[in-house]
Amino acid sequence: MKRSLLPTIAHRLAILCYIIFALFPLFWLLKVSVTPNDLLYTEGVRMWPSRTTFEHYSFVIQHSAFPTFFKNSLIVSASTAIVVTICASLSGYALSRFNFRAKYWIVALMLLTQMFPLVMLVAPIFKILTPLHLTNSLTGLVVVYTAFNVPFATFLMQSFFDGIPKDLEEAAMIDGATQFTAFRQIILPLTLPGIAATLGFVFTAAWSELLFALMLINGNDAATFPVGLLTFVSKFSVDFGQMMAAGVLALIPAGLFFLLIQRYLVQGLTAGAVKG
Amino acid sequence: MTMTADTLERRQDRRPWLKRVADASEPYLYSAPSLVLIIAVMLVPLVIGVSYAFRDIQLLNPFSGGFIGLDHFRALSQDAAFYGALKNTLLWTGASVLLQFIFGLILALLLDKPFWGRGVVQALVFLPWAVPSFLAGLNWAWLFNPVIGPIPHWLFALGLMSEPANILSDPQHAMWGPIIANVWWGIPFFAITLLAALQAIPRDLYEAASIDGAGWFQRFYSITLPFLAPTIAITVLLRTVWVSNFADLIVVMTGGGPADRTQIVASYIFTQAFKRLDFGYASAIALVLLVLLLAYSMLIILLRQTLLNKD
Repeated sequence: MKRSLLPTIAHRLAILCYIIFALFPLFWLLKVSVTPNDLLYTEGVRMWPSRTTFEHYSFVIQHSAFPTFFKNSLIVSASTAIVVTICASLSGYALSRFNFRAKYWIVALMLLTQMFPLVMLVAPIFKILTPLHLTNSLTGLVVVYTAFNVPFATFLMQSFFDGIPKDLEEAAMIDGATQFTAFRQIILPLTLPGIAATLGFVFTAAWSELLFALMLINGNDAATFPVGLLTFVSKFSVDFGQMMAAGVLALIPAGLFFLLIQRYLVQGLTAGAVKG
Repeated sequence: MTMTADTLERRQDRRPWLKRVADASEPYLYSAPSLVLIIAVMLVPLVIGVSYAFRDIQLLNPFSGGFIGLDHFRALSQDAAFYGALKNTLLWTGASVLLQFIFGLILALLLDKPFWGRGVVQALVFLPWAVPSFLAGLNWAWLFNPVIGPIPHWLFALGLMSEPANILSDPQHAMWGPIIANVWWGIPFFAITLLAALQAIPRDLYEAASIDGAGWFQRFYSITLPFLAPTIAITVLLRTVWVSNFADLIVVMTGGGPADRTQIVASYIFTQAFKRLDFGYASAIALVLLVLLLAYSMLIILLRQTLLNKD
């Protein structure tokens, strides 16, 4: 019994270190968001201000367009996550299970598009989207984000499909199923952890994207939350308290989303089904 | 009677042909949605963006826009700031990716086995990834600032600093500020992908190895690593490409300073495009970066191929 106690303690301590490292900067965000403006600099290095206030939060919720930004971000991120995951499951499956002539060209194309700074793509993408009436619209953002995220998501899904033995579909196809049916009914359920990871990635990537949200959208109606954060940077000063309050509020859905999908992330594959 | 026999025969001839076409087109049908999107929204703009490199495009100059051939590249070969940025990019990318990978792998291994409260722990340690990059940069710039952040005071108390000073304004060590912020931000990326790959390893392999008397390290080396290898290869490759193109943290935290010590190629491109509004020159730099990253990727893929063939 004693021999297994020591590794357990070391394990929990290591986990604790990670939690502290991950959360301390977020704690600082929280601290600034509840610090009254007059104490922001005078008590700048204290762990917790001598007086706290929630006025930044009430301002953000009641007097800014934040609820709208929030709703827009939620729509864009969720739609992007779902569309990307569908596209990437299909293309990842193709790369994993088929040997076809264009395979290496597809991989090369996907890698190539990751190597050019997005800053240089803003102007051309704007030119392409304008005649399609996709600028200043949430649909346009979803299209752009989907294209950005599909290459990585495809590689991710491919690596998960690679981990599943081919015998499973072959058995189903001998029983008369088409490959697509086998893919849908046997392979996809086994890749649930991979699908959860992909959903999580794409959701957060879309949730925090700023450059294109800023360039393709003007006006508050279709603005997403990172753009909303910038509205606290006024011409004269930055209202850090309100900005941080908004940032803390914005972390809540992302945290909830991770809580929601982590069940699938760790579910794992049933050892019996994968036996060769 | 002869008619039916005839059509039947032709059908029997045609079926394999149709089936052959169907079989050959199947992978393309699977990849079509992704490919259409990538070509329309990324490849076409990329080609247009690259074409700027050979043109004189300055937003404030209405007479610009003409074709100037290789002039930008001639100017670039004389540009000392560009070579400095190239050197900084090596440190920035190398240190960021290596640290993110090592800590991400350790975190994934720590989270691999079930324990009480694992779900909450996962949700918490993955949270940094959900912070918008510029908010993360702003927040870390605060933490490093001796007036409104605790880190300089801790370093001072530990004796690592002679006085609580801002690491971001120290030319010798300024680069480590954004690197630490980037590591904090990027650990969840490796942790999630590697954890999901770990979960896919059949458990009975470990049981069998334990029965055979394999120790922890031996099991890690001969079961875990080979299973993770494909995921590691692709994530490290992609992450390297992303991080070398990732300017947000540097632009927000240091703006490339002090004295260009934290200027990386990506932030240099950003400065040329949005501060000097010289899109032509910015595009030329981006094209050089693209070629370098392409060479790097080919090297990695070749290396992987030779390693795979050796087995």
